[in-house]
Amino acid sequence: MQVTMTVNDAEVTREIEGRLLLVHFLRDVLSLTGTHWGCDTSNCGTCVVLMDGEPVKSCTVLAAMAAGHEIRTVEGLASNGELDPIQQGFMKNHGLQCGFCTPGMMMTCRALLDRNPDPSDMEIREAISGQICRCTGYATIVRSVRWAAVHEAQEVVTP
Amino acid sequence: MQVPAPFEYERATTVDHAIGLLDRLGSSARLVAGGYSLLPMMKLRLANFEYLIDINPLHDELGYIRINPDEVRIGALTRHRELLESDELARAFPIFRDAEKVIADPVVRNRGTLGGSLCQADPSEDLSAVCTTLDATCVIRGARGTRVVSMEEFHVGPYETAVGDGEMLTEIRLPVRDGGGSAYEKVERRAGDWAVVSAGAAVWLRDGTITDARVGLAAVGPNTTGIREISEISQGREPSEELYEQAGAIAARTCSPVTDQRGSEAYKRHLADELTRRTLRKAVERARS
Repeated sequence: MQVTMTVNDAEVTREIEGRLLLVHFLRDVLSLTGTHWGCDTSNCGTCVVLMDGEPVKSCTVLAAMAAGHEIRTVEGLASNGELDPIQQGFMKNHGLQCGFCTPGMMMTCRALLDRNPDPSDMEIREAISGQICRCTGYATIVRSVRWAAVHEAQEVVTP
Repeated sequence: MQVPAPFEYERATTVDHAIGLLDRLGSSARLVAGGYSLLPMMKLRLANFEYLIDINPLHDELGYIRINPDEVRIGALTRHRELLESDELARAFPIFRDAEKVIADPVVRNRGTLGGSLCQADPSEDLSAVCTTLDATCVIRGARGTRVVSMEEFHVGPYETAVGDGEMLTEIRLPVRDGGGSAYEKVERRAGDWAVVSAGAAVWLRDGTITDARVGLAAVGPNTTGIREISEISQGREPSEELYEQAGAIAARTCSPVTDQRGSEAYKRHLADELTRRTLRKAVERARS
């Protein structure tokens, strides 16, 4: 079957099997390997991408279900050569160790800040509660998101 | 790599279209909504279908929470997150927000639906226990008309419902009575997991006396169970610790848990007892406030 969707602001059309999962469509068909493929059971959250701005676990969404929707992956976070505040936050606060959970964490946290620009530590922890960092670096992830929230707020006030 | 067996993907555009497809394709077709229960089962090849009908585009038609004076109607495609975030629903039935906070995780709750949860008919599923507690009825639509069934009739067995080939669950109806309070508690091994045991309670008071009390348990039987005996001993009495203790003992005695990786039978009976007491106590507090 043929599917058309928008991935990181570009429209893509491909011929796929109905059973193809979105994570494999992104990684294997579009070669966007920034989205990681982890547990395959919707538990670990490293495969999170945004579908119409909301985080979904792409190992448990069919590519066909994403047709007609807007998908944003970690490759679509930076714009005009500048890293997204979330990415800068992770960089400056040691928000990653091995980096495996990082793409999913960043996408979920991007969606969180879009909805709630000033989340508390507890709200950040709740938002990422469906995602696993096996380096157990949660404290620095929370710090990274707080950094992004503070710096985004400053950017809005400074013209 | 876990991949489902091959199937044909169809996308429904209206409820009538979905029912038309189901009517034509029969038992070879299955509806998919959020997909977070069905797709993992298909990946493990525990479930195989020739056709998968995506009903996510029907959210405009089937995603709603309508609060009427005597009944709350919720569309089958209403997502967990919408149930969690609805202040109106939390006012009418606080049990929903209690349960939604402990169902899976926020990302899964973005996609999962009330109808999908009920149709999955997993014995540990939380919203089935909530709907059992609230004495819900389920509206099932097919090409030959609509029928309304009770929760007891709806769940036929584990992973089995009254929804026949060519039919779909479209709406859940919850009767509203004055003086009500409700609560839900779950014990799980880790955040977002299935319940070891969970309990829902709903109580209705008039002049300080219980007119009705209902308790629904999950994960302690082939389906979520409503306990009639607790309703019977509660009616006409004033709420008391003694009553909660009796109700807890009935819950522990009448449920049918089995020992598995989540806990022993004895531990689960202990939880059924304790959670019944706690939720009844909280439901009464809420009914009074």
